[in-house]
Amino acid sequence: MLAIKNLTASVDGKEILKGVDLQVEAGELHAIMGPNGSGKSTLAHILAGRDGYSVTGGEVRYLGEDLLQLEVEERARQGLFLAMQYPVELPGVNNMSFLRESMNALRRARGEPEIDTLSFMKQVKEKARQVKLDEKLLKRSVNAGFSGGEKKRNEILQMAMLEPKLAILDETDSGLDIDALRTVADGVNRLRTAERGMLVVTHYQRLLDYIQPDKVHVLADGRIVRSGGKELALELEARGYGWLLEEAAA
Amino acid sequence: MGQTNSEMEALIAAEYAQGFITRIDSDTFPPGLDEAVVRAISERKGEPEWMLQKRLEAYRHWLTMDQPDWAVINHPPIDFQQISYYSSPKQSPKLESLDQVDPEILATYEKLGISIEEQKALSGVAVDAVFDSVSVATTFRETLAEAGVIFCAISEALRDYPELVRQYMASVVPHKDNFFAALNSAVFSDGTFVYIPEGVKCPMELSTYFRINEAKTGQFERTLIIAEAGSEVSYLEGCTAPMRDENQLHAAVVELVAMEDAKIKYSTVQNWYPGDLEGKGGIYNFVTKRGDCRGDRSHISWTQVETGSAVTWKYPSCILRGRDSVGEFYSVAVTKGFQQADTGTKMIHIGENSRSTIVSKGISAMQGSNAYRGLVRIAGKAENARNHTRCDSLLIGDRCAAHTFPYIEVKNPTAKVEHEATTSKVSEDQLFYCRQRGLTEEDAVSMIINGFCKEVFQELPMEFAVEAQKLLAVSLEGAVG
Repeated sequence: MLAIKNLTASVDGKEILKGVDLQVEAGELHAIMGPNGSGKSTLAHILAGRDGYSVTGGEVRYLGEDLLQLEVEERARQGLFLAMQYPVELPGVNNMSFLRESMNALRRARGEPEIDTLSFMKQVKEKARQVKLDEKLLKRSVNAGFSGGEKKRNEILQMAMLEPKLAILDETDSGLDIDALRTVADGVNRLRTAERGMLVVTHYQRLLDYIQPDKVHVLADGRIVRSGGKELALELEARGYGWLLEEAAA
Repeated sequence: MGQTNSEMEALIAAEYAQGFITRIDSDTFPPGLDEAVVRAISERKGEPEWMLQKRLEAYRHWLTMDQPDWAVINHPPIDFQQISYYSSPKQSPKLESLDQVDPEILATYEKLGISIEEQKALSGVAVDAVFDSVSVATTFRETLAEAGVIFCAISEALRDYPELVRQYMASVVPHKDNFFAALNSAVFSDGTFVYIPEGVKCPMELSTYFRINEAKTGQFERTLIIAEAGSEVSYLEGCTAPMRDENQLHAAVVELVAMEDAKIKYSTVQNWYPGDLEGKGGIYNFVTKRGDCRGDRSHISWTQVETGSAVTWKYPSCILRGRDSVGEFYSVAVTKGFQQADTGTKMIHIGENSRSTIVSKGISAMQGSNAYRGLVRIAGKAENARNHTRCDSLLIGDRCAAHTFPYIEVKNPTAKVEHEATTSKVSEDQLFYCRQRGLTEEDAVSMIINGFCKEVFQELPMEFAVEAQKLLAVSLEGAVG
């Protein structure tokens, strides 16, 4: 579903990604771990199409298409979802209307009719309950004045409503207390299906206590230096990243 | 990020859709202003002698005044001798029905989306249309007359109801009030007159569309609305002008009088030609609007959506004379290109328990400059007066400007005055976030701006709120939704 080949990219002339290779198939959940500044968020942003990064080489294919040629909204409409590390506040924009506009944009792109009010309301209430997001926050402006945990729950709610084909979570676990972390993990687990690919970017192993990845990759200094199963995450937890970096340098 | 700013600007830089010129024969005075011109205007209008004398008095006073220079606006000096002070479409002087209106003019309003015929038939909104200096069509007059409501051109009111006009005109905005009010008092050529008798709730929305067509003309309309005790009226004005390279002057005066328990709601959607994106051309909009809450429990509410004009200078105000009187000001002002707006309100509290609310939303994009200027004055006798002011600025890009000048004068210790202000920016982060959720940049910007303006839009009569939203979408096409 997602195939990244020898991807290199820079920000303001500084090379951040130095040849990333990664393949995610439908039904798989991959975790990308790595020290700060290794390029994890850069990778997530480039996949979503954010401005400010120049791709200098390599390619990314998503559902058979050249992903890097698509506009941000086109990627979203083809089922690519990015849960952000810092969800943005939209003062004055009602959370529920935003979600509905977003759902309808995706549905229109798929040639489906817009969702009717009744089923939308029913769905949004049910899913808000699942991610333990206070219903009152649905009526407020998007993320405006939300706590860190509430913002992340809101991201997971959006993900659940939009039912992406490929979900990328960019350090969604950062700064969360244990309850919020569990809710996020539950949200991710609930969405795991045979059709959906997931890419979870995280700095800490602790999220992986609740989410069982099919594969774990370590991104360091712009390259994937090690890939393995769940046990790799535990080894990182015990030994840190230093030894991997040394091995990579050697 | 420079790149993205210019992309955003390309999206904002939508064309002015109302910029066409209507070719009709007109009776237009040569440019220039002196006493003979003032007399000639009065004569064309067949005015009573006292009106002429008032005009001359205003003109002579105007000669002694200087143009005010305290606003945050920059423009070359206006040469008042280069302006024509009267222009009228050529046709029979008095129109009995719409059938007598030049079809070109009706087509013009049609093109502007204001079908006078259609409005008459469908929407239940009574329309007065002012084309250059002359009122060309007033619809629904009979229906209104049954309710006792007078809704007509001010030149007609001077003929048909001279005593009413004489009693109220200049009683809220005297000719000595300011430079532009003095000029208007001397040369105003038409405008709208509304009279709501005691206890009458006006059966429909009243609305006036102003159109400047002729080149090198100024438009100086005069609007006077009188709401007798216990009456109620909602009035809306819309404004457009063709695209022309030279600047044109618009200096209107609007006076509202609300007696005991009367309520006047005055809404403006101003979309005069703003000039091109290099700052060439556009309307200079210097307007004096004031409402007098004369009676106890009277209520005056101003709502304005200002998206046009090269320069906007206007401060719709309320004099809260009556006990428990209420004044409101809701404003959205958009400046892009080289547009400049210095706008706000004055709430003058004189009556006990008088209350006022000010909500101002300024949106600046490209090199636009937007200033909020507001005065809240609580006089010594105004026991328990209250004001709440909320003043928000939204910036788009990094070359625009927003200024806030709140003046608060309190002479009574029981007063409660609150002022809140915020400045925010439509950020790249917000746009990326919305696009990642499948929305286009245009939709995203439109959503953010509509969210920002929501409090003001919900004050507009329903059908005009939709119009205002559309106008904002055109005015800031694309990037800043």
